[in-house]
Amino acid sequence: MNSPDLSDQKAVDLSPEGTAKAGVILSSLVWIYNWSRSNSVWPLLFGWACCAIEMIGTAGSRHDIARFGAEVFRPSPRQSDLMIVSGTVTKKMAPQVVRIYNQMPEPKYVIAMGACAISGGPFKQGYNVLKGIDRYIPVDVYLPGCPPRPEALLHSLMTLQKQIKRQKSLGRTITNPAYGEGRRIYPVPELRGDDLFPPFNPEVWTPPAKNPNVEDGCPAGRKSV
Amino acid sequence: MSPVQTMPPRSYHIGKDDLGADILEVAMGPHHPSTHGVFRMDLKLDGETVVDLKPVFGYLHRNHEKIAEDITYPMSMPFTDRLDYLCGMTNNWAYALSAEKLIEIKVPERAEYIRVIVAELTRLVNHCLLIGFFVNDLGALGTPLLYALREREKILDLFEVLSGARMMVNYIRFGGVRCDPPDGWLKECQRIVDAFPAFLDEYETLLTENEIIIARAQNVGVVTREEAINFSLTGPMLRASGVNYDIRKVDRYGIYDRFDFKVPIGGHGDCYDRFMVRMLEMRQSVKILKQAIRDLPEGEIMGKAPKIFRPAPGEAYGRIEAPKGELGFYLISDGTPIPYRFKVRPPSFVNLTALRHMCLGHKVADAVIILGSIDIVLGEVDR
Repeated sequence: MNSPDLSDQKAVDLSPEGTAKAGVILSSLVWIYNWSRSNSVWPLLFGWACCAIEMIGTAGSRHDIARFGAEVFRPSPRQSDLMIVSGTVTKKMAPQVVRIYNQMPEPKYVIAMGACAISGGPFKQGYNVLKGIDRYIPVDVYLPGCPPRPEALLHSLMTLQKQIKRQKSLGRTITNPAYGEGRRIYPVPELRGDDLFPPFNPEVWTPPAKNPNVEDGCPAGRKSV
Repeated sequence: MSPVQTMPPRSYHIGKDDLGADILEVAMGPHHPSTHGVFRMDLKLDGETVVDLKPVFGYLHRNHEKIAEDITYPMSMPFTDRLDYLCGMTNNWAYALSAEKLIEIKVPERAEYIRVIVAELTRLVNHCLLIGFFVNDLGALGTPLLYALREREKILDLFEVLSGARMMVNYIRFGGVRCDPPDGWLKECQRIVDAFPAFLDEYETLLTENEIIIARAQNVGVVTREEAINFSLTGPMLRASGVNYDIRKVDRYGIYDRFDFKVPIGGHGDCYDRFMVRMLEMRQSVKILKQAIRDLPEGEIMGKAPKIFRPAPGEAYGRIEAPKGELGFYLISDGTPIPYRFKVRPPSFVNLTALRHMCLGHKVADAVIILGSIDIVLGEVDR
């Protein structure tokens, strides 16, 4: 019998003596539960911008996301586990994104696909572009690229699967994402005038600490314009 | 020309209909699988019938024009890829064309041929993908789209070899193209182009005389010839309504006067005609591609472009026949390396203005395929 991948958990001896000591039933169930969960991630069928075309390409026959059990794109957030933020999030769109995230059931995951979703990307200096969706919702995997190739999206999915397998997600324990933190619902930002209010959600993101070597966003000794 | 004809007045009035039932207001989108991105239709429904429709967009307004007015001319080239993100090459070409008008650069012949080749390949990508999405909207979830994606991947491989990127090619430069096709590229291109009609035959066998497509798409979303002209429609939408207007034939920009190809024209202006016009356009694109690959001359690929692009004060409008219609860039120069005004004339935004007119009186499910037949890309609509 092949031993399951428990590299990141406490090493378990699979001999009868070892399993008796380690409580084999519980750890095996967690492993089976996480294995099945990670191999049936249902993404949300929602395209934001350019990256969405590559997301569709990933579902196509050449790259075939079905090999990873994630081909069931659900149009309804209430049936999906994974939100792939595939493109630029503008200030008009950000409240919608948070609202859709709130509607997803736990456990839920987010992949920020592409430079725009991570930080605003090439459009960062635009007045209407949100500088990263992680200001409002927690992001599990950041996938850089403009747009990322389908192979990169598959890699980010595999990274997410590793994270899912690492979770202790059985029973009503504090570490179980479905129960421990409750269903994560974050306040929906509001577009007031020309900016979002609040500008970020302090629960999930805070502005980086000020670098003492940098004054006013510029290296010391250089005046900002 | 007579003003735009609207639907004849109906007995509906918002609030209650004749039976005393309420008019239902539905916000379809921005998160809806059929709206091709982040687009919203505010529908007023009497039962299933669309009584009123208001398109709401701006969910993907990425300030392309304003950003372009802060950076130099060549720096805007990668941003044009992201306008209509299915057709990077034609967007590049439209921008390069208007910049070349501004500063009068002569493009070498080889570069012109390469531009035609990549633009027609882009048309193939766009049209086959659009038909996949259109049939997807009709309810054939997945399968026809997978056929389209299979062909798209082959052409994207060509783009990747040529430019290093699959979608955001950033390939065409002011005065030419960035690099020469590597060894073997043309042969591979020839092979894919030769094999493409077989795919079209396969696709047509499946779709063209498909009973469901005929039942759903014919006589749905009709735009007459006069209405199409009044709505300023361009591209396949205009030609499906029976207007013979193709900028490749009208302007003969680049070297399009050297190729022998026909312009498919529709007769009814319904969704089925728009579908068929695109199908036939792909066959004409294959025809152009074969001629262009055959005649591709040797020589330079870049004209004598100045190192610092600083046009004299003035303005220029360059337009091409993009896969979706007339794509134009309007540039005003004030003598500095940064444009004073940078305006995009996006085809899908202008074509979208006819949406309400086409949808009134039809069912909700028809509104979905009418939107699909317009072929919008939100990156271009909202910019």
